Parts: sequence; structure tokens; C-alpha cells
Amino acid sequence: MNSSRDVWVFIEQEGGKIADVSLELLGKGRHLADRLNSELVALVCGYRIDHLAEPLIHYGADRVLLADHPELELYRTLPYARVAINLVQERQPYIFLVGATPIGRDFAPRVASAVRAGLTADCTDLQIGDYESKKEGKVYHDLLYQIRPAFGGNLIATIVNPNMHPQMATVREGVMRKAEPDPTRQGLVEQIEPAFEPEDFALQVVSRETRESTVNLKDAATIVAGGGGVKTPDDFNLIKDLAHALGGEVGASRAAVDAGFISREHQVGQTGTTVRPRLYVAAGISGAVQHRAGMDKSHKIIAINTDPHAPIFDIAHYKIVGDLRKVLPMMIDALRAKAK
Amino acid sequence: MSTPRSYHSVVLVKQVPDTHHVTGEVMKKDGTMNRAALPAIFNPEDLNALEMALQIKDRYGGTVTVLTMGPPKAAEVLRESLYRGADRVILLTDRRFAGADTLATSYALACAIKKIGPFDFVFAGRQAIDGDTAQVGPQTAEKLGIPQITYAEAILNLDGDTVTARRVFDLGAEVVQCKLPCLITVVGTANRPRPASARRRIQYKLAAAPMEYKDLLRRWPEFETEEALDQYLAARGLKIPVWTADDIDADLSRLGLAGSPTQVYKVNFVVLEAKESKEIPPTPEGIQSLIDELIEEYVVG
Repeated sequence: MNSSRDVWVFIEQEGGKIADVSLELLGKGRHLADRLNSELVALVCGYRIDHLAEPLIHYGADRVLLADHPELELYRTLPYARVAINLVQERQPYIFLVGATPIGRDFAPRVASAVRAGLTADCTDLQIGDYESKKEGKVYHDLLYQIRPAFGGNLIATIVNPNMHPQMATVREGVMRKAEPDPTRQGLVEQIEPAFEPEDFALQVVSRETRESTVNLKDAATIVAGGGGVKTPDDFNLIKDLAHALGGEVGASRAAVDAGFISREHQVGQTGTTVRPRLYVAAGISGAVQHRAGMDKSHKIIAINTDPHAPIFDIAHYKIVGDLRKVLPMMIDALRAKAK
Repeated sequence: MSTPRSYHSVVLVKQVPDTHHVTGEVMKKDGTMNRAALPAIFNPEDLNALEMALQIKDRYGGTVTVLTMGPPKAAEVLRESLYRGADRVILLTDRRFAGADTLATSYALACAIKKIGPFDFVFAGRQAIDGDTAQVGPQTAEKLGIPQITYAEAILNLDGDTVTARRVFDLGAEVVQCKLPCLITVVGTANRPRPASARRRIQYKLAAAPMEYKDLLRRWPEFETEEALDQYLAARGLKIPVWTADDIDADLSRLGLAGSPTQVYKVNFVVLEAKESKEIPPTPEGIQSLIDELIEEYVVG
């Protein structure tokens, strides 16, 4: 079969529930497919998942490839990758998008390696555009621009993959916007019969525990976040106290997560969650691009930093040059004074 | 229970710029980075991977071979690996590897691992801090045709050719059982990497790759020629072997820039939006007026 211009989205599901990031990618994939005048295809693997086809179509898919098999009940790299690799080789999609979740980041590189495709991790934007290769003296039309911070996060790079398709990219949850489901949308559903090999079952899941996230950064109206300028757990408690006083969530830059002050679920940025709250308080966060990529669409930003040249101040609406250990208690006091 | 046996591990490590400590000094005014101001370090999670391999060796016997691909300077992380207990190190370096994306990198690594010989485990850090892609591990596993266990935090059991490991991710954990050989990527919470041993530091201080000889001769002029130094180091097991593309039976078209499907089309400096911004003095009065303003504008409710 000739290569197509189709846009594929890997749909992640657990226990029959579709991951948010997959629906967000269908939203973006719909735009890309419309621009390319091609089909948006949702690939979903699992067991007893027939009921997922309809919502996937409502969220924008033209076609659902449904691999329903007992061996696919729980995610395992090799059986899932086998299904995807066979389909990609047979149908040659133009673009293949995967959520940058723990599962997606395990699955996508395995598939990309097998089909020898390019893969760009953690894109913050995807667009369609032309690319002129000076070396080849040739213009490639309608490639996928895979846009992400690069080189330590101080630059924004646009990556293209001119020849070795599909053009694969992973995107974090919260970066793209879900479309409104349209219950009148029609689409095709194809049942896929997996063709496993014995070596696909070299790994068995003995036990698995998952929990629902107790943190909801994506929908929070207020976020108070701490970064590398926070030096002790006690100081980080000030971040939590202010978040509590504001009725908001606690966020963190990677530095604070790596320092062990708070779990990774709280991380804001390119490799964490992308947020758009009404108020974002950045305390002791210098403002590397990876962090800003996850919060610069906040409605109002307050930045507190001892370094007057910290890049975070360039996107802040309110700049406070000072020590967060002094400023945060003042803010908590000011709020308490108002509440009285 | 199977008969106890020993295990051979290959550990993939990378030297990376210390991007976690980007400060105002490193960032230039135009938004670019003064890379020279960033020290090169052992990728943190690769140290966890090395530790996991060393613990298996301590308990079951066997060998630990450390492989890195990078510029000649990357020999530094190989010396660090020797100080910690690696039996053998290999530097994979060649201008023809330059510009490799993760697909071409994993191809070169897989070719080198095949050349190293039979192995039970390949270990790698979950991801490198300079790119955060976490792709090279799974892509290398695919090219070797072996299963992968990503985000491993602990090896719970090792019995014959079956490993039981715990994987962790943001919202859960999983215990998996896998047939060897397999590739395991290791998270930072897995263990506390051992420090360099003082004895081994003395033993391997002089370990060097041939392209470092020129610099070494300046420090030890008594050797006079590179040949003399080479003979001295080789005789004491201190010569770090260097492999190039010619040594790993690689298809040259799959290496470096040519073997990389992804290309950087353009790079933009980050243009920071010049927003209307107010400077608030860090005083109780200043902060109170800020809070008042936010409440009036319904930003804080």
C-alpha cells in the first residue's frame, strides 16, 4: 500500500477509560488531518474495549483501529508494539502522535525504532509547514513541525522529519486542547486481529497498582510553585501555606522535585504539566524555558526571586525582588488580614 | 530454584551538561546559553544504572562493562565508572557519529553491545538530563531484539534467567517478570550510587584513552612519546579502548546525521513577551497593596 497522509493517534486506555492526553491529541490530530485533507485514525489496544470506538469518533477520529485481545488487557511493551508496528508497516501513516505518559514514552521509541522513524519527545506545539533542504536542493511540502524547547531549554527548536515516516511525536498531557465531543460524528471501526510472536510474551506483569492523581494542576485556578531557590523542606512549607491560603494547588519546578520537596505530579513545565491558571505565583524559580513553556499562558504571574535578572521576571506581571522566606509570610499575612 | 549463576551486564552512560543548574550567569541576555559555564557531569540516572549493575555483580558475580558514546572528553565518565567498580570500559567515539538523533544513537550503541559479546543485562538511566527523551534505552532494546523494563526501581529477584523487577511511575507501580537478556532503564530513586572507592581511584587515576595522550604528555613529559605512554598504560590495563564506526560492524548510512530521520529545521531564541509588569517592593505595605489589587481584580477570590 502506498504511504498515506493520514494522522494516527495512539489511544491510551486503562480499565476501559481513555486517557485525557489521548483525547487532547485527537483534538490536535483533527486540525492536522483537516489541514492535510486526510483521515484521523485512532489506534486503541486493550481487552473488551468495543465501547471505546464511539467516543473516539465523537472526539474527532474518522477511523478507529481496535485491537481487542486478552493479551492486550494490561499494557506491555512488546504485545502493544507488535500491533502498532505491523499496522504502521502495512498502512504507512504520515504522522503518528503518542501521549508522553509513562506508557507512551515506553511504547513510542520501541515502535519508532522498529519502523525506523523519527521521534520527537515532549513537543509543545505541532504545525504543518514546508521545509527547504538546502543540501538536497529540494522543498518538502506539508511536513509536521515538531516544536519543543531544546539545548537545555534555552532555545525553541523546530524539528522536521522529511523522509523516514511516520513523523512521530510525543506530547505531554495538558499541552493540547480537547475538542468538544460531537455525538453526531460518524466514523469507521475496524477490528484488528493481532499477530503475536512467541517472544512478545517474554515479560509478564505480576502485579500492578495505580492510583488516581490527587493533584489537579491542569484545572487549578491558582497555583503557587517553588523552585531551585527553595533550599529546605521548611521553606517549601511556605509554598504550601500560601497555596492553602489562596485555595490553590502546589506546583514546583523540576529543581524542587529533584530536591525531593514534592512529588513529580506537582511539576509544571515541558516535562511536567502545562497549566493556565488565573494566578501563578513563582517563588524561587529562575524561569528556564522548560518551566516557562508550562506556565507562560497563566493569566497573572507573580514572580519572587532574589536575582533581579532571573528570566522569570520577563514574563511576570508582578515582580518582587526579594527573599521568598520573607515575602511569602508577608503574602500569607496580607491574605489573613483581608479575610478578617 | 535454578542453579546459581553469575551475570554479565553492560551499562550505557552519558556525559551531559549540567542543565539542572542553569543560573542567571549561564543564561546570556539574548536568551542563549553560555555552555562553557555548565560543567559536564555523569548523567545522574546513569549512576543509578551503574549501581544496579554493580549490586548484581557483588551478589552473584559476573562482570560490568560500561559503554559510552560521545566526544573524547567523555572518557571522564568512564574513569568515574572504573573508580566505582566497572571491570571494563569502552569509549565509542567517531566524527561519523556526530549529529545523531536517538535513532542513530541507539543503532550505534546496539552495534557496539553486540560486539561486546554475550550479556544478560543492559542497564541505562531512565533518561539523560540534556534531552529528557528517554528514547535511547527502548530503541536500543528494540535493535537488540530483547525486552525492555523501563523506570525500574528495584530488582526484587534474580533466578536463573528470570528477573523480577519493580517499575515505578507517577501514579503507580508494577512488578514484572522477564526473561533474560533484557534491557533495564533505572530511575533516580532506585538506589544511592556508591562513591568512587579511594583504592580504585588511585588504581585507575591514570586510565586514559589514546586521544587524551597529548594532554597527558604535557603533564608527564618523562614519557616523551605517545607510543611510550601507550605501552605503559596498556601493560597496566589502564588504556581505555576506543571504538570507532569501523570497529562495530555498522552500516555507515545509519549513523550520525545521515542516519537520523529528525533534523533541526530552525532554532528560535526564546522571545520573552514584554508584558506590562509592576515591581512590588518586598515590604509588608507593598505586599498588602498587591494582594488588595488582586482581590479587586478578582484574580484572588
